[in-house]
Amino acid sequence: MVKKRVIPCLDVAGGRVVKGVNFVDLREMGEPIELATRYSALGADELVFLDITATLEERGPILELIERASAELTIPFTVGGGITNLEEARSLLRAGADKVAVNRAAFDDPSILTALADEFGSQAVVCAIDAKAGEVYTHAGKTARGRNAVDWGIEAVSRGAGELLVTSIDADGTRAGYDLPLTRAFAEAVEVPVIASGGAGNAAHIADAFAVGAEAAIIASIVHERPERLPELKAELKEAGWNVRI
Amino acid sequence: MKVVLADYGAGNLRSVTSALQRAGAEASISTAAADVRDAPLAVIAGVGHVESAARGLAASGLDEAIRERVAAGRPVLGICVGMQLLFGASEEGGTGLELLAGPVRLIRARTVPHMGWNELVVPRPSALLDGLEGEDVYFAHSFAVEPEDDDVVVAVADHDGRIVAAVEHGTVAGVQFHPERSAHAGARLLENALAWSRSA
Repeated sequence: MVKKRVIPCLDVAGGRVVKGVNFVDLREMGEPIELATRYSALGADELVFLDITATLEERGPILELIERASAELTIPFTVGGGITNLEEARSLLRAGADKVAVNRAAFDDPSILTALADEFGSQAVVCAIDAKAGEVYTHAGKTARGRNAVDWGIEAVSRGAGELLVTSIDADGTRAGYDLPLTRAFAEAVEVPVIASGGAGNAAHIADAFAVGAEAAIIASIVHERPERLPELKAELKEAGWNVRI
Repeated sequence: MKVVLADYGAGNLRSVTSALQRAGAEASISTAAADVRDAPLAVIAGVGHVESAARGLAASGLDEAIRERVAAGRPVLGICVGMQLLFGASEEGGTGLELLAGPVRLIRARTVPHMGWNELVVPRPSALLDGLEGEDVYFAHSFAVEPEDDDVVVAVADHDGRIVAAVEHGTVAGVQFHPERSAHAGARLLENALAWSRSA
């Protein structure tokens, strides 16, 4: 069977990694390809680059980053963050991203998912959904959209999304574990893989997300603090009986 | 050795080109039929729908170039949609080059797409899969080939049933997974493919 995936997420801005990563052997923190290569060597199954301060004018550096990542990385990577329209999403995929994660732009205009799936295939189209108390939020979690998150997820899949990246705003940053009821509700509602995001603190949390149906789990701060934690997490998951790639 | 990737407009070919270069090939991308016809090894990669890919190949005249090179006994490697293009009618729409017999069908499984790392099972020895039994490689697809002749199957994976992961028949070979995104196992596959094409 296909293995459960553990996916580090790197926040980038202006083509640089911007959130606390303690890499002792890097002269200056934040060269994204070096960090990505390091995670790849440590057993990351995929990577997500989240362009957190992206505006249209600032897309230059991320496109250059994608071109380099596409040539140099030997594991798949997704690019997301701040995508406002179809043309932006398309330009990220054309630059060589394996997948693009579209959030608000897809909610505002779901036909974007269909257009991307038609051109690049559903496997390249990730719909990112941020949820709080079961409701869709956009604009970095600030704006409530008045729609049930699972209901939107079902539509996103019917429109062409090949994966759902589900972030719980309630759980994000807590390190107290993923939002399991939310993750379970998505996994039961759709046939595409569900990627759980927000709240990872240890291997048991990742295992819990897998147990309620997540195909993959996003991790961030727990490995950014100490990258060697990544192979330890995967070994712990394997030890606990989960089908992960070692 | 020289490897030409057929550029028929189906997405970014940089990752495959780079992976082939790391494997020791002199890889380049070309839209020219003569390049694709005559190269020591031609690779059909790309993403998206088989139907639009088949249309792209036909529009660029690369479909004939590939048929001619296969008729002349020169090797072809298809990757992902490129492997599906070696076969016949697809449930996604369109028809491939029919260099190998069999349809391309929607995967019947609890989770579709078949997405992520999965273990290769190798039913018989082949040049292409040498050393790859039990290795994990990366898949990302919703459709899969179902060869009429099971003898062409050189690797499978399990995803609520059998997924054909690699085929090899004469000078025609294909892999459903992404060697350019499959870490060391992917590198080994491409090195094997170069060795296979030299002897094919």
